[in-house]
Amino acid sequence: MKTNGKRYLELFLTFTKVGLFTFGGGYAMIPLIQKEAGEKKKWISDDDLLEIVAIAESTPGPIAVNAATFIGSRVGGFFGAFCATFGLVLPSFLIILALSYLLKTFQEFRPVAYAFRGIRAGVLALILKALWTMWKKAPKKVFSYLIMAAAFVCVAFLKVHVVIVIVGCALAGLTYTLLAERRRAQ
Amino acid sequence: MTFLTLFLTFLKIGTFTFGGGYAMLPLIREEVAAHGWLTEQALIDFIAVSESTPGPFAINIATFVGSRVCGVFGAACATLGVVLPSFIIILIVAKAFDRFRESKSVRGCMAGLKPAVVGLIGAALLSLALTVFFPGGFAGSVFTDVSFYFSLAVFALCAVLAFKKLHPVAVIGIAAALGLIGGYVGEWLPVK
Repeated sequence: MKTNGKRYLELFLTFTKVGLFTFGGGYAMIPLIQKEAGEKKKWISDDDLLEIVAIAESTPGPIAVNAATFIGSRVGGFFGAFCATFGLVLPSFLIILALSYLLKTFQEFRPVAYAFRGIRAGVLALILKALWTMWKKAPKKVFSYLIMAAAFVCVAFLKVHVVIVIVGCALAGLTYTLLAERRRAQ
Repeated sequence: MTFLTLFLTFLKIGTFTFGGGYAMLPLIREEVAAHGWLTEQALIDFIAVSESTPGPFAINIATFVGSRVCGVFGAACATLGVVLPSFIIILIVAKAFDRFRESKSVRGCMAGLKPAVVGLIGAALLSLALTVFFPGGFAGSVFTDVSFYFSLAVFALCAVLAFKKLHPVAVIGIAAALGLIGGYVGEWLPVK
């Protein structure tokens, strides 16, 4: 029987490793979580992890934070969840903090300024790729396409606040699903 | 006061973004611009930095904006704010795992949220693209500007590479190299 203290430390260290060795975040973190928390520590099964991903998609916030909190709370309750989440966040926090000071100085240099001119166009390409991935994952129904178009037009042209659009689309989805189910029941 | 604003703004961002990754971008873009914390160009630059450093985008951007606006403590406030909603919600959901998953209301909301995120990222991409391609605002004269065609070419090449599943860090590396070459070649060009 492990002491609680040791379990908290293990959670912290495991998720520090996950936070430190995954670039880009999001789904990129899942394989490492599977290896570290699943195969090595036996905290969760592969099925559990799939469910966590499904839940993470339907709850707010970054997927990696959701997974860390969930696994931590399973293994060590509230304080376990805290240790895992803190461990996950700490590497990013420290690295970005250091970089934010360096970046200010570096961006003054001409070569860096030139490099960033290329990088900006490259980042657009990465966002386009992410958009394509999400487009493929979205349900292929007339209702989905209508929501997509409405969200796009509201934010891009009508300058509606993003939060209002998000809440509105969630309510529209809820209404649509409930109506569709009632019709099916009849 | 700024600490509280940072915390509350990122609390809002953490509460209203579903799906993680670039799903956060539309709301972050709106909030960061509304407070005047970062220009669109600085935001794009930071996306590149975030892709090339460990950790989730949301954490990285919260730390970065927080530290730019008011140092280490600002970074801590923003990061805590962005993490807190997920943390609390998952703690609650973990207790009622199955009930949450099979809940009709959750599935209903997701039916609206999944496509909404596609539309929102589309809108964010459009706005960021305007900043990159027309940095001085949209005018007919940009079409005679060499740097416009340069950006367009780098974008097209990087898009092909990204869709061929080249790693994002490699895409950024190539874009940086092209930017360097383009910048120095540009110095020798007779036209600007």
